Amino acid sequence: MTGPQIAFLPDRRRLHLQHGPIDLIIDAEGLGRDAALRAAAARFDSVLEELVAELPLLRAPTGPRPEGEIARHMHAATLPFRPAFITPMAAVAGAVADSVLSAMTGAGALTRAYVNNGGDIALHLAPGESFTAAIAGGTPGRATIGADSPTRGIATSGRHGRSHSLGIADSVTVLAATAAQADAAATMIANAVDLPGNPKITRTPARDLSPDSDLGDRLVTVDLAPLIGAEIDTALAGGLALAETCRARGLIHAALLTLSGQTRTLGAPDLIASKEPTHA
Amino acid sequence: MTDRPPRPEKTRPEKIRCDACPVMCYIAEGRIGACDRYANQGGRIIRCDPLTVLDRRIAKGDEVKPFLKADWDGTLSGDDLFVTAVGAGTTYPDYKPAPFIVSRELDGADFVTVVTEAIFSYCGVKIKIDTDRHLGPEGAVVRAKGEAVGLVITSEYGSQMLSLGGVDHLTGGSKPEGRVTCDTLLRLCNREAVELSVDGGASVIVQAGQPPIVDGQREERMRVGCGSATIGMFASQWQGLVDEVVVVDDHITGVVSEHQAGKVLGWPDTGIRIKGRRSTPGRYFQVAEPGLGWGGTDITDPLTILGEWNPKKGARPGLTLLMVSTTGEQFAYYTLDDDLVPQPRDLPEALRASVELIAENCEPALCTVMFMGGAGGSLRSGVTKNPVRLTRSVQDEKTRVTVGGAPAYVWPGGGITLMADVTRMPDNAFGSVPTPAIVAPLEFTLPRAEYRALGGHDDKARSVDDILEHGGDYGADVRAVGPVTGKDGA
Repeated sequence: MTGPQIAFLPDRRRLHLQHGPIDLIIDAEGLGRDAALRAAAARFDSVLEELVAELPLLRAPTGPRPEGEIARHMHAATLPFRPAFITPMAAVAGAVADSVLSAMTGAGALTRAYVNNGGDIALHLAPGESFTAAIAGGTPGRATIGADSPTRGIATSGRHGRSHSLGIADSVTVLAATAAQADAAATMIANAVDLPGNPKITRTPARDLSPDSDLGDRLVTVDLAPLIGAEIDTALAGGLALAETCRARGLIHAALLTLSGQTRTLGAPDLIASKEPTHA
Repeated sequence: MTDRPPRPEKTRPEKIRCDACPVMCYIAEGRIGACDRYANQGGRIIRCDPLTVLDRRIAKGDEVKPFLKADWDGTLSGDDLFVTAVGAGTTYPDYKPAPFIVSRELDGADFVTVVTEAIFSYCGVKIKIDTDRHLGPEGAVVRAKGEAVGLVITSEYGSQMLSLGGVDHLTGGSKPEGRVTCDTLLRLCNREAVELSVDGGASVIVQAGQPPIVDGQREERMRVGCGSATIGMFASQWQGLVDEVVVVDDHITGVVSEHQAGKVLGWPDTGIRIKGRRSTPGRYFQVAEPGLGWGGTDITDPLTILGEWNPKKGARPGLTLLMVSTTGEQFAYYTLDDDLVPQPRDLPEALRASVELIAENCEPALCTVMFMGGAGGSLRSGVTKNPVRLTRSVQDEKTRVTVGGAPAYVWPGGGITLMADVTRMPDNAFGSVPTPAIVAPLEFTLPRAEYRALGGHDDKARSVDDILEHGGDYGADVRAVGPVTGKDGA
């Protein structure tokens, strides 16, 4: 069995940490950089084992409180969505990012730092600093987060990501206070971008694709025939409605939803701005 | 090996449980696991980490060259190649034949190498740390991240020895103790730096093939010998240049005028008096407490080990004295004033050469990490249907045992208890399982006739070329690594 692997990327600056399904890219700026990277590596060491120790509970619908630090963070981030179906796994990537970032900021003085867990990102910003993230998905976008913004987590979910989606959104990017909260909300909003019963959507039980998926026999989207404008509007409206509820409840700060080339944004327009395609 | 992993659940045949990481995903046919690194292809787990091959043509072991079959030039064949077990994959308990049973031509004989990654619950490391600095009392507990992972054992000539791991720390203690022990062993075996602290002693950073760092201080040199031996080696070179030499050492401090080596040169008495327990003439034990100062003592001012000078035995104003440690790293030069009190003076040029000679004769201080494990139990049944015959064949030296291609010393007596130098193995040769236990690459090489005789899975034996061409149970990718030879160092 392979243990955690840690190596600098070819730029000798960003550190890549991998263990099993977890891939983190991290960077830190400031006097505490070295200490922070070391702390990240030390924290990362046991992350997967901590999660695996409680995996059955984390794959079950959010309910009983788990023990581990990351597991509890996952639990807390998914709890507000109950009684809808959600498992702590909906926030696993964000929660891992938050935990590793917290080890880094605890180890030394940093001006800027991030932990990017496969697109779910935890941020640290000292006063005056900002962070710009390019947003993947149907429409290229960019999010600039300043230190005065309450956002410290970015997450993207959708049917092109690594995990399966119950919905049809190409991508849903969410800004929230923590990466775990952003992760859980992005998952739920992406699931809500849907057209129930529409024959253009091909669905398969999650368990047939990944035998131990936390989604069990729930149908996940595997293919989508071209949609017409009204269908896209309807599907995005469903996601946007949930995003608005989340924002009203203080769970998220902003969201960007894309489906078949169409985009809906919610939240401060300066947080997420669609970038015009540039031509040479 | 008492702690069994859960029995694989009964599932539809096209779903396979991957044991590559603690998640242990079930992976459906044609699908990739949660990690995107392992897949189920045609009912078997394909790994992206390639099987490691030692390519004897690559010199020095410094180049790791990943390659796929597509860009393989086909020249890696024959005796240049030794398939190692790194990346071979394993099954536990070992109820099915080891993943690779390689039939290989060796010096014209038809040899078989059985390649597996063995899971060792009974394993640990013996660490030799070249330093005179006192790391801690014999028997003291050694900790990593606050958990007990081993102990200080008997010190050796110029080195302090630690013994870490073992089944009691891995599975006999608390859960964190087992986890930290396993992790510490894994890192040490994979030649990473690990910080260890000794109860009532020092903190030391250990990395195989690198100098130890004791309490933040990097050890450069291994002492030339004990204080007495140093006197013996250099007495004739000091003669005529200085009236008295004291070599300060925590074990045996030497005094040239009293020492046998001085006596045979007709060295006159100086009236020096050393505090400490005299062993034989010119050899003193326990001149100070052990520590991080001169020669492994706690001394920073060497004069503190001297008593009153005795004029009746030869002490006189103007008498010259050299004090030096066993590595030549510390030295001081004095002359006695009119009250027979040593006064510091600059070291004369002629004596500087002799101090430098001590330093020059010291070897670089290194940490040596020897993996030690017992390849008993069910492991052997992956190799042969009649396990005890393998043990006997190894004990009779008909079967050669290597760990990741590195020669292993097999202890006499029962079982297959072996030791191997981790610096002679490919990078990241070791892994772990959550049991917790260490996964080490292990190869048995023996003549094919012997293999048949001891009831080996001969029908499973394949040629090196065939394995490179088609892979084993865990996929066809291979990587070539130059064999790591003995003392080439880092």
